[in-house]
Parts: sequence; C-alpha cells; structure tokens
Amino acid sequence: MDLDSVYTELIMEHNKNSRNKRELDEPDISEHGHNPSCGDDITLELKIEGEIIEDAAFNGSGCAISQASTSIMIDLIKGKKISEAFDLVDTFIAMIKKEIDDQQELRKLKEAMALKNISNMPARVKCAVLSWHTLKEALKKN
Amino acid sequence: MISKLELENKYKSDFPILQQKVNGKDLVYLDNAATTQKPQAVIDAVNDYNKNINANPHRGAHILSVRATEAYTQAREKVKNFINAEFSQEIIFTRNTTESINLLAYSLGELLDEGDEIVLSIMEHHSNIIPWQQLAKRKNLKLKYLYPDQDYRIPFAELKEKITKRTKIFSISQMSNVTGVINPVKEMAEYAHQQGAYVVIDGAQGAPHIKTDVQAIDADFYAFSAHKMLGPMGIGVLYGKKALLEKIPPFLTGGGMIEYVHEQSSTFAPLPEKFEAGTPNAEGAVGLAAAIDYLENIGLAEIEKHERELTEYALEKMRKLDYIELAGPDNLKDRGGIISFNLKGIHSHDLASISDTEGIALRSGHHCAQPLMKYLNLNSTGRISFYFYNSKEEIDKFLESLQKAREVFGYGS
Repeated sequence: MDLDSVYTELIMEHNKNSRNKRELDEPDISEHGHNPSCGDDITLELKIEGEIIEDAAFNGSGCAISQASTSIMIDLIKGKKISEAFDLVDTFIAMIKKEIDDQQELRKLKEAMALKNISNMPARVKCAVLSWHTLKEALKKN
Repeated sequence: MISKLELENKYKSDFPILQQKVNGKDLVYLDNAATTQKPQAVIDAVNDYNKNINANPHRGAHILSVRATEAYTQAREKVKNFINAEFSQEIIFTRNTTESINLLAYSLGELLDEGDEIVLSIMEHHSNIIPWQQLAKRKNLKLKYLYPDQDYRIPFAELKEKITKRTKIFSISQMSNVTGVINPVKEMAEYAHQQGAYVVIDGAQGAPHIKTDVQAIDADFYAFSAHKMLGPMGIGVLYGKKALLEKIPPFLTGGGMIEYVHEQSSTFAPLPEKFEAGTPNAEGAVGLAAAIDYLENIGLAEIEKHERELTEYALEKMRKLDYIELAGPDNLKDRGGIISFNLKGIHSHDLASISDTEGIALRSGHHCAQPLMKYLNLNSTGRISFYFYNSKEEIDKFLESLQKAREVFGYGS
C-alpha cells in the first residue's frame, strides 16, 4: 500500500487544522458516532433551515482518517438539501466499499474523493465512514 | 547457557508464519498480547490428531474414540502439571479466558445473594468486567473497583479499603494487557481470603509468560487461553479448587456432562465432565498440550528473562524520545513485556497503519479495557507486546517505523 495515496496533504490539513471542529450555538440536531472496536468518537452538530443544512460542525477524537473524513464531509454538505446529503452519504459509502468506481459519478463528492484509496485499507474503512453514517442517522431524526 | 542472540535465532525459525515478508519487509510480530503464533510442533500435533486420531472422546468403544479420549485426557494432565494443580479434575476445558470467567459469573454467582459485593480492579480486560457486571445486575450485587496509583500499580491500602467481609468474589488479572503491570496476586489472594472472598485470577497474560503455580498463589479459580501461549484459538482453561467446583452448579448443560437423565430432572457427571457439555475441542486440547511441551522445553524462567531484557531495552530507547508518551510503570520490577504508548500528535490507528507498511504488527485502540483507558484519560494507545521469539533487532525496526510515522505526519526527524 502506498502511504502517500492515503495520508495526502488534503487529509493531513483537515486533520491538523479543521475549521469545522467547533461548537454550534443551539444546533437543531446533535448526533454521537462511535467505533466501539477502536474508540473513534465524534459528535456531529447540524443547523437545519427547512430543507437545507445551514451549518454543521463536529467535536471528538480519533485518528487522522476519521477526523479528516468528518471535516471534509462537513465542507461538502453545508448549504445542501437534506435529500442531496443522503445521496452524498450513499455515494461516499459506495465508493469506500468499491461499489462505485466511475469517476463521473464520484465527482459530486469533490474533496471527499481523496478518501477513495481508503478502500484499499480494509482495517481503516470504518474510520472513514464513521462520520457519514453518523450524518445519516442525524438526518433521519430531522 | 546459550546467548540471547542464539535464543532468538533458534526459536524464531520454528515459527513458519514469522518467516514471511509483509509489504516486502520481514514481518516483525509485536502483537503477542492479542494472540501468539504457532511453532511447527503445535501445527504438527493438531495435524497428526486430525490425520490419525480424531473421534468423539468419551463416546465410543472403537479404537479412534479410545485414542481421542487418551489424547484429550493426556492434554488435561499436561495442563494440570503446567500450573501445578493438585488434581487433573480441577482442569476444565473451555473456549477461552472469557468463557472461563462467564462460567464463574453464572455458576459461582449462584452462591451470592443480594447486597453481596464483587471487587475487581479498573485495569481489567472487558472479559473480567462484563460477566460480573451482568451478574451484579441479575442479583442486585455491588461492584467495586480497585484503582492504581501514579505508578500504575494498585496500592495495598486500596485493597484493604475495598475488600471487606461483604466481599464474596475478588477477581483480578495476573498481568495487565495495557500497562504490563504484574499484580502481586499471591498477597492479594491471601488478604481477600482472610476477608472470606473467593479469589479468581485472570491469567490470560500471565500463564504464557510467568511460571504459575495455582497452589502457591492459592487461587480458588484461574483462567487462561491457549492461543496466547502458542496454542490454537477456541481452547481455554478454567482451573478451580476441586471442592469449589463440586459445590457450584453446572454452567452449560447437555451431552457429556450428565450421569442419569430423566424426564423432569437429571444428575450430573463428576468433575471435570460436569462443566464440559457437548463435544469438546479435542484437537485444540492436543494443540495446547504441544504448546506446553514447547514452552517447557525452553523453560518459563528463560522466557521471562528474555522478555524482561526486551522490555528493558525498548523502554530505555523509548524514554529517550521526547515525542513518545508511555503509559506504564517506570519500575521494571513486576512488569511484563507489554508497552503502551502514544506518539505526540499522531493517533495510534494511524501509527499502526504506517508501521504495517514497514512489516510491523502492533496494536492500537483501547485494548478491550475502556474503564482503564478512561481512568488514565487516554483515548487510545499503541501497544507492542513481546514473546520469546522477538529480538532487539525487531525493536530497532519498530523504533524506525515510529520515525517514518513522524515523517508522514510532517514532524521533523
């Protein structure tokens, strides 16, 4: 496995200085996500205005992959419709599971495409998908 | 006397799995607290059992069943001698340490009444916590924990404060799978017995590395797993004093553990069959016996000595690196070959993935000891754990992989 293809500059940057790691004032939804086998632990906060995800942020601790994946996801979903966010989650998870390989179809994931190579590291897949599963659970509650 | 280097070279070659390359690098296996590897002798013993012996022990008059029964019985005798039990009926084969402790939580748990207390330590593996937690819920018991001091060890004063006349069960690990602390189980058992408690020792990290004498410790019960001492997975041991095993009710019931079965009631087989319902893992027991032969051929004292040297060597080097935070006692006395640590600014999962690309197998996470991690205020740690087939050269390779992780994460060399 090529480390550079996983620990990319983008991922390292999001891990180190995530602008999305903060607390929202009065979030509409707060959802806790946890990988019991490894201890990665995040809390995702969302502000919802009608059909739109107005703002999102997270807190928690975990490896670089889980932290960067969460931060990149937040950049992607902010300002999106809830229905779009569901679609993005499904596309991301399908990418990591190697169910979608088509670049055209993946393009909508933007920066999150940088996490594609995690699909070659079976032991780390759960780190990458934690926040996306958490988002899905959060949106179901809306 | 053979030199250390000879010891390393001599034994590593007995392990086929350790000869392979990972990512083009020699495999350096440092996850022995999770599971150990098998020498050819263990692989051969299991293979031979399946090729020439296999049948259902205790169940047939034909020659194979007789041979299988003999092999299974001999394995029990081997385990009895390994931990110096008084009688071979005191050796119950289970699946693993976890099942052994669950057996106790159900069967020994029957002797407890509402309001009774169980004392554990916070350094226990989940397998020595949750069975007791569930028992406490079922029977409305009180669960208490012993906490360590600054040096990660449990002060005797803590023991005296928590273990009282109300304590019915005291269960503690012989060696922590996170900090490597070796508990003074003999002294602890003596005090707990004075208060009238039953003493359970979790020997999962102890039996493979420390010469253990259950009579000298005066353990009422002692549990361990074969796969952490070169044996197969799926076979473990519960030792219990004969009088106590006779006193407590059976755990799993069904074939093999009965005497007479009537429509509405049954009587049970004597020890050890009373606790071994269903067809046993005979090939596993045979593998465990071969593992014991192999370990005793080297000698537990020699194994302990070699692992202490490795631990001392690794700790000395790791202490000099200011980017490493260690989670374990400074004092090498009563400390086993397990080292938990963190690299500043690098999560242990990332470290484990990067080390893997260098062929190094180490563990990351909470090590099935969440209450301890929480108490130590750690989210996760990396962990290396040694066995006698590891070498100083491998520790050097591990240390180089730390440097690589630092480079990947943009820290200077």
